[in-house]
Amino acid sequence: MPEKLRERIEELKRLARAAEDKPAALGMDIDLARFGEQPPGYDYREALQHISELDPEEMARTGVRVDARERAGSFVQIDDTVVHASALEEGIEVMGTREALETYEWLWDYYWKAVPVDMDKYTAAVELHPFDGYFIHALPGARIIYPLQACMYLRSPRYIQRLHNLIVVEEGAELHIITGCASEHEIESALHAGVSEFYVKRNAKLTFTMVHNWHPNMYVRPRSGILVEEGATFINNYICMEPVLYLQTYPTARLRGEGAVARFNSMMVASPGSVMDVGSRVILEAPGTRAEVISRAVTRAGEIIARGQIAGKAPGIKAHLECHGLILDKGGRIYAIPELDGGDPDVDMSHEAAVGKIAQEEVEYLMARGLSEEEATSAIVRGFLNVRIEGLPPQLEREIQRLMEESESKAL
Amino acid sequence: MLEIKGLKVEVEGREILHGVDLSIDCGQTHVLFGMNGSGKTTLLMAIMGFPRYRVTAGSIRFKGQDLAGLSVDERARLGIGMMFQRPPTVRGIKLMQMARLIPAREERDINVLAGELNLADFLERDINHGFSGGEIKRSELLQLLVQDPNLVLLDEPESGVDMENMQVIGEYIRSLLQKDRRRTRDHCGLIITHTGYILDHVEADVGHVMCDGRLVCSGNPREMLEDIRENGFEECSRCVR
Ligand SMILES: Nc1ncnc2c1ncn2[C@@H]1O[C@H](COP(=O)(O)OP(=O)(O)OP(=O)(O)O)[C@@H](O)[C@H]1O
Ligand SMILES: [Mg+2]
Repeated sequence: MPEKLRERIEELKRLARAAEDKPAALGMDIDLARFGEQPPGYDYREALQHISELDPEEMARTGVRVDARERAGSFVQIDDTVVHASALEEGIEVMGTREALETYEWLWDYYWKAVPVDMDKYTAAVELHPFDGYFIHALPGARIIYPLQACMYLRSPRYIQRLHNLIVVEEGAELHIITGCASEHEIESALHAGVSEFYVKRNAKLTFTMVHNWHPNMYVRPRSGILVEEGATFINNYICMEPVLYLQTYPTARLRGEGAVARFNSMMVASPGSVMDVGSRVILEAPGTRAEVISRAVTRAGEIIARGQIAGKAPGIKAHLECHGLILDKGGRIYAIPELDGGDPDVDMSHEAAVGKIAQEEVEYLMARGLSEEEATSAIVRGFLNVRIEGLPPQLEREIQRLMEESESKAL
Repeated sequence: MLEIKGLKVEVEGREILHGVDLSIDCGQTHVLFGMNGSGKTTLLMAIMGFPRYRVTAGSIRFKGQDLAGLSVDERARLGIGMMFQRPPTVRGIKLMQMARLIPAREERDINVLAGELNLADFLERDINHGFSGGEIKRSELLQLLVQDPNLVLLDEPESGVDMENMQVIGEYIRSLLQKDRRRTRDHCGLIITHTGYILDHVEADVGHVMCDGRLVCSGNPREMLEDIRENGFEECSRCVR
C-alpha cells in the first residue's frame, strides 16, 4: 500500500474515532453500546435461489427477483456478509465494497468523499468496525437497460448492520438500481447504519430506487451523499411504507457541473408508533443546474418529519420542492419543513407544502359511483402516493409502479 | 320508481328545500327547470344521499325502498347515478382507473367508449384535473355509462358543451335512458336544464319548475320551456297549475 494511502486511512480512522460519540444533527440519539452482538457469517451462494435465509416473497417486495429476469445483475448481503454478487450485462461491475477496495486502488479516491466520515457516530461506526456493502460500477458509455438489483437483509438481533456502498457511474453511462433493505419479521431491536456514496460523472445518468421494509423494532440511520457532474442526472426514488421504530435520513446531492439534474421522490406511510424523519437536500453549485424534491407522506397515527432543502448558489438554476402530507388517523403527525436557500440573484426556486386530511368531497364523489368508503379512501390515498416519476424507461416505470402498489396494499 | 314526499332539506343549517313532492315512474324522463339557486342541485344531492344535504322532513323512496339511512355508495349500488354539475378534482386517480374502479353491471370497453365521447386523450389524466366544462360533462357521462344506473340524475348535462359534442352526448344520454326500447325499459331520469337543448336529443315526459325550494309547476316539458323562454320564471311562481 502506498504511503499516501496509508496516511489517508489513518487520518480517516482518527477522524472517525473523534466522532465516535458524536450525536447526529437530527433524530433521537441512540446508544450504540446496546447493540453488541456479533452476527454469524454466511456462505457465498452462486445462485440467488440458494439463499434460503430469505423468503422469495420478501425479496420480491424489495424489488429483487430470485430468477434475476430482466435484471442487469444482483447483489445480496445478509447481516455483514456478502452472499451473492453477479453482473449479467457488459459494462457493469458488482462486488462487495471490501473486496473492491482491495482490488482497485483508485476506488480509495471515492471513499468518504461524498459523505464525511466524521458526520456523526453512525458514519464513524461504519469506518471503525468491520463492514461490507456493495460496489457498483458502470463503465464509461455503458447503457445498462435492465436495473441492477441489490438486497440488504438484516437477520440477526441486537447488532449494528454496518454498510458502506460505493456507486460509480462513469462518463456517459446509464444505470438503474433497484435496492431493497429489509429485516427479519420478528426481529428484536437492531440498528441499520448504511453509508452510500454516489458518483455520477459527466453526462451520466443514475436512477436509484430504494424500498425499505423494516419492522417495528428497527432503528435505521442511512447516510447518503451524491456528487453529480456536468450534464449528469441523478434520480432517487424512495419508498418506505412498512413500520419502523425510528428512521432518520437526509441524503445530500451536490450538483457540481453545469446542467446537472437531481430529482428526489419520496413516498412514505407511517404506521402507529413509527417515526420517520426523512429529508432530501440538493445543493446546486453550478450554473444551469436543476433540482426537484417531491415527497408524499401519509400517516396513520405515526410521525413523519418531511424535510427538504434546496440551496442555489449559482446563476440560472431552477429548483422546486414539494411536500404533501395526509393524516389519516388521530394521533398522526406530519411536520413538513421545506427550506430554500438562494445565494444568487439569478435563481428560480420555489416550494409548496400542504398537510391535511383526505378530502371528504373526493371520497363521496367516488362513493357516488358505487365504491365503498374504504375503497374510495384507499384509492385516493394510493393516488396521492403515486408520484409520477419522470425520466424512467417504461419497463422500469412499471416495475416501480408495481413495487409501490405492493407496498401500498400492505400498508393501507 | 322514485317517490319523493314532503322533502325538506337543510344545507349548513339553512333550509333549501321546503317540501318537495315528485314521482318518476319506471321508463320516464323528467326535466327540472328553475332559476339559479332555486334548489335543483340540492334536490339531486339529497336523492344521492350526500351527508351535507340533511333531510329534515319527508321521504325518498326508490324501487319501493325508503332511502333514509342509506349511504351514498349504498344508493349508488341500488341503482342511482348522478352526473355532477361541479365534480371535484381527484389527484392521482386517472379517468381510466376510475372507470375501472366503478362496479359495472356489464363489462364495457372503456377505450371504445372514450373514443366515441372524444375522451381518448383524457383516460390517462387525473380525473377532472384541468378538464374544461364540456370535458367534465363527457367524463361524467363516461363514468355513468360504466355504472349504468336505473335512476339517472343529470345536472345540466349540456352546459359548456359545443354543438358537435352535444350530438354525441345526446346520443349517449338516450342510451343511458334506454330511449330505444319502450316496453322493457327499466331506467328513468331526472335532468336539470336551463337551455332545454337536451330536449332536442332526448324526449322527456314531464317537466317541473323549481322555485325557491319548491316545485311550483309541472307539465309538458316543451310547452313549459316555451313559457319560460317567453315569460321567464316570474310567471311560474304565480302560476298554480
Ligand atoms: N354546500 C352548500 N353550502 C352552502 N350553501 C349551499 C350549498 N349547496 C347549496 N347551497 C345554497 O342552496 C341554494 C340552492 O342551491 P342549488 O345548488 O341547489 O341551486 P341550483 O338550483 O342548482 O342553481 P344553479 O342553477 O345555479 O345550479 C343556493 O342558495 C346555494 O347557495
Ligand atoms: Mg345547480
